[in-house]
Amino acid sequence: MTTLEFMQGNAACCEGALAAGCTFFGGYPITPSTEIAEQMALKMPKRGGVFIQMEDEIASIGAVIGASWTGARAMTATSGPGFSLMMENLGYAVMTETPCVVVNIQRGGPSTGQPTMSAQGDMLQCRFGSHGDISTIALVPSTVQEMFDLTVKAFNLADRFRVPAFLMSDETIGHMREKISIPDSVEIIPRKEPKPGMLIYEAEEDMVPGFPTFGKGYRAHITGLTHNERGYPEATNPELHEALVRRLVDKVESRRHEIADYDAVNTDAETVFITYGPSTRTVRQVLHDHPDETIGHLNLRIVWPFPEDTLKLFPNAKTFIVPELNLGQMAREIERHVTGQRVISMGRLGGTIHTPAELYDKVQEVA
Amino acid sequence: MRHEVLFSGFGGQGIILSAVILGRAAALYDHKHAVQTQVYGPEARGGASMSAVVIDDDPILYPKVAHPDIYVIMSQQGFEKYGADAPPSAIMLLDSELVLGRPDCRYREIAATNEAKDTIGRVIVANIVMLGAVVTATGIISREAIEQAVLDSVPKGTEDLNMTALRRGFELGEEERT
Repeated sequence: MTTLEFMQGNAACCEGALAAGCTFFGGYPITPSTEIAEQMALKMPKRGGVFIQMEDEIASIGAVIGASWTGARAMTATSGPGFSLMMENLGYAVMTETPCVVVNIQRGGPSTGQPTMSAQGDMLQCRFGSHGDISTIALVPSTVQEMFDLTVKAFNLADRFRVPAFLMSDETIGHMREKISIPDSVEIIPRKEPKPGMLIYEAEEDMVPGFPTFGKGYRAHITGLTHNERGYPEATNPELHEALVRRLVDKVESRRHEIADYDAVNTDAETVFITYGPSTRTVRQVLHDHPDETIGHLNLRIVWPFPEDTLKLFPNAKTFIVPELNLGQMAREIERHVTGQRVISMGRLGGTIHTPAELYDKVQEVA
Repeated sequence: MRHEVLFSGFGGQGIILSAVILGRAAALYDHKHAVQTQVYGPEARGGASMSAVVIDDDPILYPKVAHPDIYVIMSQQGFEKYGADAPPSAIMLLDSELVLGRPDCRYREIAATNEAKDTIGRVIVANIVMLGAVVTATGIISREAIEQAVLDSVPKGTEDLNMTALRRGFELGEEERT
């Protein structure tokens, strides 16, 4: 059974979190993500969960990491300036392999920039923003329904891989209202527990160690320092450090094609749009208005880890056009993976989304 | 058929709520698709607020309003900012007491604020009067759908007041239909 609703993207994100069993929200309200904190404050206590407004975003992500170690599915929501503050603790989450969900309703930056306008300027920050070599998972919704669905998915991926999972939405999708179908229950992939006899940070075949939830009798030492499989610091051992960081990266990167979530349309086309988030909607409008199947479209719902094999789904592609609300952040990643095809970045700043006419004109121009 | 409805007025009139109710009515009770968006900037808190609804029988791809075919204008500032350039093919419903300008397109003068204040006795429901007029003047969604959506959206205890306003709006929209 499902319930139909007409709701805002940010509210749908909340409903997705609650459906996924989120019982802890720690955050600091910031436009344009504020409705998520508002709804969480309203709904979380009624479900026996915890809503806590922290003094800032550094403390918010800290609280989320702590809550996760008690076994809770934990989440925070923010936007650019708050996201920047979270960077150090996000590295701590990566190093300690703490599952958590961070929602970023992106607005125009740098700095406080454009609080009420749309942007996708944090796409590289979520991938590279914290110091050291890391790999995380980033999901990008383009509909209110996907705000729900991908929030659920973010929790499952965070738990499965023991990483922070980012819902990298934006003001446009966060603030729009549309029809959404909310299922009575969703698939929940639980965290695996440590196998008997295994050390606290001893990885299994999938490179992910079982999670020793606090209070369940495990002896767990958790540190951001380079640690051995027992969890204790060993910060001057070069081989250990290299093996640990390579595992933290590889556990995600080696599964990128399994994690990938995308739609590929008109795969014979020579000119192909690659989009994520709101520009997906604009490209779909262009394809609808010009139904001759000459324009290809790759829509990515998961951008990190980047699924480069999806580019090969378009064997005739000569040009990839990448409309995004930044100056070419994902276009830069796509350029790394193309095999001779031209990559045209259609970066856009200012806070409004690409129009269908703009994108169609670009197709005509390159043809 | 894609319809784009643009609402503008001043902060506090319930412009945003009107758009949300219209979208909700179309999406949930007329089984169409709808996307509601709004301007969030500081000008929306006192200056000209704006909200838009796209309604279609098919799923809505591009979510923003590009070419509104229905304008609902409830302040002079809103008219100047969002309504004055309405194309000739559009239709505009304007609050005849609050909007001084008149567009080049077809328009209907709806005395929503006067009706709410003088006939119904509560100026706060002017937006609901206007919403009723929109439905009967354009036929964009059904009366039943908008009634349900209004009842879903208004505070408990104000249902009768809002239904009175909505039905008065139905009458005004019909009278004005040509």
